[in-house]
Amino acid sequence: MTASRAGLALFLALVRFPFPVSRLPAQDTTKGKAVYVKWCAGCHGDGGAGDGPAAAHMLPRPRNFTGALYKIRSTASGQLPTDADLMRAIDEGLPGSAMPAWKGRLSDGERRDVVAYIKTFSAFFADTSQHVAVLKFSGEPGGGTGAAALKTGRQFYDSIGCRKCHGDQGRGDGPSAPTLKDDAGFPIFAADLHQSWRFRGGGSTADIYHRLRTGLDGTPMPWFSDLIDQKFLTDEQLWRLAQYVRSLSPSKAPEVRDVIHAPQLAGPVPVSPDDSAWARVGRYWFPLVGQVVRRARWFVPAVTGVWVQAVHDGHTLALRVSWDDRTESPDSAWLGFEQRVLETVAGDDSAPPKAEPWPDQLAVQFPRHIPDGMERPYFLMGSETDPVYQWRWTSRPRKSVAGLARGIERFDTLPGAPAGQASFDHGEWRVVFTRALATPDTANEVQLEAGRAIPVAFFGWDGSSGEHGSRMAVSTWYFLALDRPTPPGVFISPVLAMLVTLGLGLVVVRRARRRGTAGAGRRR
Amino acid sequence: MGKLGVVAATGVAMLVLALAGWMRPPLPAAQGGATISGKVKFTGAKPAMPKIDMSEEPKCKAKYTAAPPTDETVVVNANGTLANVFVYVKSGLPASYKAPAPAGPVTLDQDGCRYHPHVFGILVGQALAIKNSDGILHNIKAKGTKNRPFNISQPAVMTSDRTFTAPEVMVPLECNVHGWMHAWLGVLPHPFFSVSGSDGSFSIKGLPPGTYTVEAWQEKYGTQTATVTVAGSETKTADFSFAAK
Repeated sequence: MTASRAGLALFLALVRFPFPVSRLPAQDTTKGKAVYVKWCAGCHGDGGAGDGPAAAHMLPRPRNFTGALYKIRSTASGQLPTDADLMRAIDEGLPGSAMPAWKGRLSDGERRDVVAYIKTFSAFFADTSQHVAVLKFSGEPGGGTGAAALKTGRQFYDSIGCRKCHGDQGRGDGPSAPTLKDDAGFPIFAADLHQSWRFRGGGSTADIYHRLRTGLDGTPMPWFSDLIDQKFLTDEQLWRLAQYVRSLSPSKAPEVRDVIHAPQLAGPVPVSPDDSAWARVGRYWFPLVGQVVRRARWFVPAVTGVWVQAVHDGHTLALRVSWDDRTESPDSAWLGFEQRVLETVAGDDSAPPKAEPWPDQLAVQFPRHIPDGMERPYFLMGSETDPVYQWRWTSRPRKSVAGLARGIERFDTLPGAPAGQASFDHGEWRVVFTRALATPDTANEVQLEAGRAIPVAFFGWDGSSGEHGSRMAVSTWYFLALDRPTPPGVFISPVLAMLVTLGLGLVVVRRARRRGTAGAGRRR
Repeated sequence: MGKLGVVAATGVAMLVLALAGWMRPPLPAAQGGATISGKVKFTGAKPAMPKIDMSEEPKCKAKYTAAPPTDETVVVNANGTLANVFVYVKSGLPASYKAPAPAGPVTLDQDGCRYHPHVFGILVGQALAIKNSDGILHNIKAKGTKNRPFNISQPAVMTSDRTFTAPEVMVPLECNVHGWMHAWLGVLPHPFFSVSGSDGSFSIKGLPPGTYTVEAWQEKYGTQTATVTVAGSETKTADFSFAAK
């Protein structure tokens, strides 16, 4: 901002407020500006228009403060947010976007001041005729996880049209989803309701209910309060809908554990992705991030993580990877959306690449040999001198191959491919790879030994989001451990140890009691 | 005529008036004053408007038996004029001018997964009745920049009322469930606006004497202005012409 513009702003502020206006708590826009310039402007831009140097790599884009449109509010559709709403977004960040939580990084005063400063970007905040009232939210009715409540919620999910954008099973794959744009014209995904930990306004049932009541301004998500006002829907029914939506995600955000335990089964391993046996196998969540190391970089990965399950029978390993993907790519209905994503997100290319009907892909990566120490090949598909062994699956043609990757660019197929079976169900891919634990090609193919920590990593591509080649989502190295059948000693030794401890404890207690009685006798 | 007859006649008259009001958005009442009227012409090749695929909404698709619905961005009339052009007094009213109280709500109807009307005007503070006649999910989103926006879910046959606080030409309205649904609303502090109809003509009535800047707005071709001076109750003509791009 130039000095003259700053002067004008100051003059206007003085004209509007000829007397000092007392606000509690005190907010200082000058200090707020200093905080903003240092921490916020990189994404949100010097003028608050959401156009900082980093903005072009993001989807969703950083908030443009000049329009005073905010997704996460406690107020009616189209109304300004309260200071508390803005503070919440700063404190807790917006999960699933690039906006981090600032509580603990900035002081209470700094965060309050920056709230005051971002409000100066829009004249709406200074307009005293703007009506801002916090909606009256009811408390959550009980029975929210019961079958009856969820059934009611599901009925309204269908009847008020949630599925139009969010899809039949809630993974953001509804018929209107490929046409969605935000108010700035950028492509926007309907939320995947199976990942509540990525909901911008928080993933609790109450958070979901609040978003249904207020809508998300600037996005296609409307508010539903008119329906309650006009008695098309009761407040309780809206709560049931929120409870149903909440039930689609795990009860807690998935924790990342480093080691996938593959139990040994007595019978043959399940080879079909829809075998009911998988329901009894523990699943592990691994987050994926954009590939930003090598050109062409990719900043907005569509595959946000994979769920992995593994079992073996002493001869064969079955590894099931499932992940949310709105599209069974290639899908011509999403080609326009893909083009808009590629045009919106800046990459390394001088011109945005043209949308093409790419397939979906998954890669599972191992070192060629289980290392003795912690030394592993380069996580990003190895290198020329130290290649990695990979299984690669594509949705079209539907097949899986094995090979050696020597960096992102080079992949040499090996003759022995793992068996791969895949199914796509309402926005979720499930792929099962099966392979013999031991293979003849010990030079190139990892030998899957039970009881060892086998490094493993994952890569995902959503073709309909423009992902292909180096535009992909990557994980770091984790471990796969093939459990041995548990020897009986494992069960007996803890019991023995417990009995010994108990015995010793009893002896100690008895002695202490005897002494205590003796001491008490002396005092008497 | 008996008392009952008078009541019945009044009832019929009111019904006719109500129907007339429903058939077209109520024009601001004009008492005396001058009139600016004219036609919006169109030159060049008539652009082909894409057909709208409503297969996703059988209920809407069924309403188009004669011909499939097409995009309404440019509507060229049979006589070669343009419909859906918003013509309004941009400036020239005396500072002392006070708009009359709005006559009643303006209705925007969602019928056959389209907005009726596609282009229309409203007074600041006047009620906009947003009606869903389709009974399937529409969301109605207003994306003004001078007015606060709104985004209402309407999954049933229902009507929601909203008002606008600031003049703004135009406020885009859209449905995100049906990406083809767009309407344009001109919000003005006075009733001196008109929308060109199926013969391309418009008429702004009841103007106080003065020299006015009149602007014609078309959603694809932008704006054109004319300066018109009127006195007494005279009628002046101002024609506009948009060329194909």
